[in-house]
Amino acid sequence: MKSSLQKFKESYFLYSFKQDKVAMASFIAIVIFIILAITAPWIAPMDPYDANNIDIMNSEIPPSWNEGGEKSFPLGTDNMGRDMLSTMLYGLRTSIMIGIGAVSLQAFIGIFMGLSAGYLGGKTDAILMRIADIQFSFPYLMLAILVGAIFQIIFGIGRYEQLAVPLLILIIGFAEWPMYARTIRASVMREKNKEYVEAAKVIGLSKSVIMVRHVLPNSLTSLMVISTIQIANAVMSEAALSFLGLGMPVTMPSLGSLIRSGFDYIFSGSWWITVFPGVLLILFVLSINLLGDWLRDVLNPKLYKG
Amino acid sequence: MSTPILTIDNVVKHFDITGGFLDQIRFKNGKFKLEKTTVKAVNNVSLSINQGETLSVVGESGCGKSTLARVVMGLYAPNSGQILYSGKRIDNLSHKEMLPFRKKMQMIFQDPYASLNPRKTVQRTLEEPLRFHNPKMSSKKIYDKIEEIMEQVGVDPAWAKRFPHEFSGGQRQRISIARGLILDPELIVADEPVSALDVSIQAQILNLLMETGKKRRLTYLFITHDLSVVQHISTNVAVMYLGNLCELADSGTLFENPRHPYTKALLSAIPKIGETSEKHIKLKGEVPTPIHLPSGCVFHDRCVHANERCVNQIPELLTLDNGTCVACHAVEENRVIS
Amino acid sequence: MSHLLELHDLEVKFALRTGDIIAIDGVDLTLDKGETLGLVGESGAGKSVTGFSIINLISKPGYISKGKIIFDGEVISSFSDEKMREIRGNKISMIFQDPMMTLNPVFTIGTQMIETLLAHKNISKSEATKIALEKLQKVQIPSPETRLDQYPHELSGGMRQRIIIAIALLTDPQIIIADEPTTALDVTIQAEIMDLLQELCETDHMSLILITHDLAVVSQVTEEIAVMYAGKIIESGATNEVISNPRHPYTKGLINSIPGSIKPGEKLQQIPGMMPTLSKIPPGCAFNPRCLEKIGICETNIPEPKKTDVGTMASCHLI
Repeated sequence: MKSSLQKFKESYFLYSFKQDKVAMASFIAIVIFIILAITAPWIAPMDPYDANNIDIMNSEIPPSWNEGGEKSFPLGTDNMGRDMLSTMLYGLRTSIMIGIGAVSLQAFIGIFMGLSAGYLGGKTDAILMRIADIQFSFPYLMLAILVGAIFQIIFGIGRYEQLAVPLLILIIGFAEWPMYARTIRASVMREKNKEYVEAAKVIGLSKSVIMVRHVLPNSLTSLMVISTIQIANAVMSEAALSFLGLGMPVTMPSLGSLIRSGFDYIFSGSWWITVFPGVLLILFVLSINLLGDWLRDVLNPKLYKG
Repeated sequence: MSTPILTIDNVVKHFDITGGFLDQIRFKNGKFKLEKTTVKAVNNVSLSINQGETLSVVGESGCGKSTLARVVMGLYAPNSGQILYSGKRIDNLSHKEMLPFRKKMQMIFQDPYASLNPRKTVQRTLEEPLRFHNPKMSSKKIYDKIEEIMEQVGVDPAWAKRFPHEFSGGQRQRISIARGLILDPELIVADEPVSALDVSIQAQILNLLMETGKKRRLTYLFITHDLSVVQHISTNVAVMYLGNLCELADSGTLFENPRHPYTKALLSAIPKIGETSEKHIKLKGEVPTPIHLPSGCVFHDRCVHANERCVNQIPELLTLDNGTCVACHAVEENRVIS
Repeated sequence: MSHLLELHDLEVKFALRTGDIIAIDGVDLTLDKGETLGLVGESGAGKSVTGFSIINLISKPGYISKGKIIFDGEVISSFSDEKMREIRGNKISMIFQDPMMTLNPVFTIGTQMIETLLAHKNISKSEATKIALEKLQKVQIPSPETRLDQYPHELSGGMRQRIIIAIALLTDPQIIIADEPTTALDVTIQAEIMDLLQELCETDHMSLILITHDLAVVSQVTEEIAVMYAGKIIESGATNEVISNPRHPYTKGLINSIPGSIKPGEKLQQIPGMMPTLSKIPPGCAFNPRCLEKIGICETNIPEPKKTDVGTMASCHLI
């Protein structure tokens, strides 16, 4: 009897991963990014949330290798005098948090809707999928502006800063769940006519048990593929919203709001405030997408050759 | 005579394949009309099986035999007609009322690669029906039972923790049979259980089915297109064509003395080993679609004996002197020389 | 007299990440003009790979690693791709199990037939249409003119298989390789298609290699038979001799395991176990773990083909 670890070591999955240099590199990059984000409070030279550490006199110091740069701020400082490196690490942390949170919400709603629509079919399917269509034809930016504005009016700017993260998770999560619903529905519809589902019906299992215990686990591979892409999308959406001033407030930087705050100074010569977080964002999203591409190829049963 | 274990009484099953409301709109003779497209899969089929017998339903693809099996199992509700189990009507029961009957009737499927959940180990596949129907059964008893049943079907119980993809087609079919047997059913509906398997494996599975059938006094409803398998295992044989029952007879009689023109053609087409092909009966044309059934006898446009009456009137199933039931005007009028 | 097609000690390997596996292990076959040969075996026995290797169409990562294929006096196994194209689909045609593998769903039957012709022959379009019609008539398709304008999905399975045969006939090939041509079809249609193939071979003096798992079909259609097991031909000879006097235990087992060979209701004779996967072929005779008559030498020595008392060839130590 082989242990599951041993099986994994001999699997095609791992084999093709080792063959693909791009996948390996992007996986390593993602792991590094995530470690950096998680450990940001300990490894960052300063805490950008703590007003005591910030000195406005230190603002717009260029990176250390440039003229006028200082050793204590390796990547320079932003317009408020925060250390760029620390701010970016905290920003990455916020971005990833929002990305994963939003995707979890999307997955939760999407799986529920898609599974019910696909398995129950008929009228349930028609109603749920029309809701998804309507949701999809609604520009999420409009939704974000609307919800953001209402929120700011109800809770005031002060409370808004505290609630920004859950709010963004909600907005991005609600905007994109139809992607999940559609993918799940398609694979559920493929699975539900297979004989093992009929066998479960013959045993007498109830619909919900068949849906959750038999159909869903077999639809999960397609979920894995879109999840990677959706995380990248969510991080991008967050950046876009923050860039437009609808996302994270300047006091709680995310990568998007950092890019935005630097954008005003880019022509006055302080390019680093925008460029560094921009590059970080691109690298992060690119690695996720490259890994997602590989995952899609390897999990596609049509391409699979054991 | 005792009550048959299973009675299929005038079952009709039509499938609506029209789709949404918009697809139903048709423009005809200057008027818009709502029209549905239905596949007439099973039309007025009546059959019964006695305890311990094996009834085979044979026919070519699209004749409705698999649909009939699924109607019997309650996977599809019949449009009209009844299914009786030991004299009790079961086709209109609620999910809960049906549960005691689920224990008594189980199904074995055709494709050993699709009939086992790929994400469940053998043990979990076999455990599920037991736990569901016997919630108070102890784990020890459940595992003992699984071991016993795996031994019975010839799969090493040591492999219980493996996933289906680690088994060959024949072994998977054994596991599928084990799942069917684990609740100790009385009736097994087997939908083409050997047609996806290689010849040498096919013999193993057929032997297994016959042996367990004898040992457990099982009743089989056997769905297949393979006539040589049918001849080997059946007590009675029902021949279906395009959703209709053509002929019903005990196995020996049917193979020696087929009466319906379609049965004759079907039997003559079986390749037999070691015999150089004698001329088989050629049928005109092709099987029509079950969406637009031919009028009268569904077989009339391919039948050499067809006349006016066959085109207009649907033949009733009538019992001949030797016990064969056949639905054919030509046989009734002695136009077919047998 | 030299044969039309000869396979000499053909070996086909598949290069997998776990190492090479041998799919075809030293197959010798001959086919004469007008002869019909049945290649029988269970799935994984290597019968389809043999068929594909003749026209050099083994899918990657498979390759011919040893031996040669001689067609009409030429060693075609060493032909370049371009040269092979003159033979494949021209002098040797292939018919597949699934008609939709050959037919392109987006083109009409006519377009597909005419294009095949134009690719191989230097003729005008109207001439090609004429030949296409002629071949459709030959495969007994009712109203061939209308078929030319139809799409594959408008036809039934049996009709599609007839079209495939018509396409295979277009270039008047010398050999047709039919890989499970009727497995997906119903018995009544299967009988018609088999009749058709047999008739064509007789009237056009064409050779046929029929690859199938169905011994009964082969026994009715072909003159010669070769039974394959785990990449080797284990028994071959005249079909009626092999079927009525099988000498290899595997062939015997196969024939006996067909229901209908014994009285209904009795236990079928079964071959225990199953065919080994190609990566785990046992030493000695590949059949020895399943063989009911095995002797000591079977586990160590690979049997050579020997002439049997009935004139057939069998690879078994018992002979």
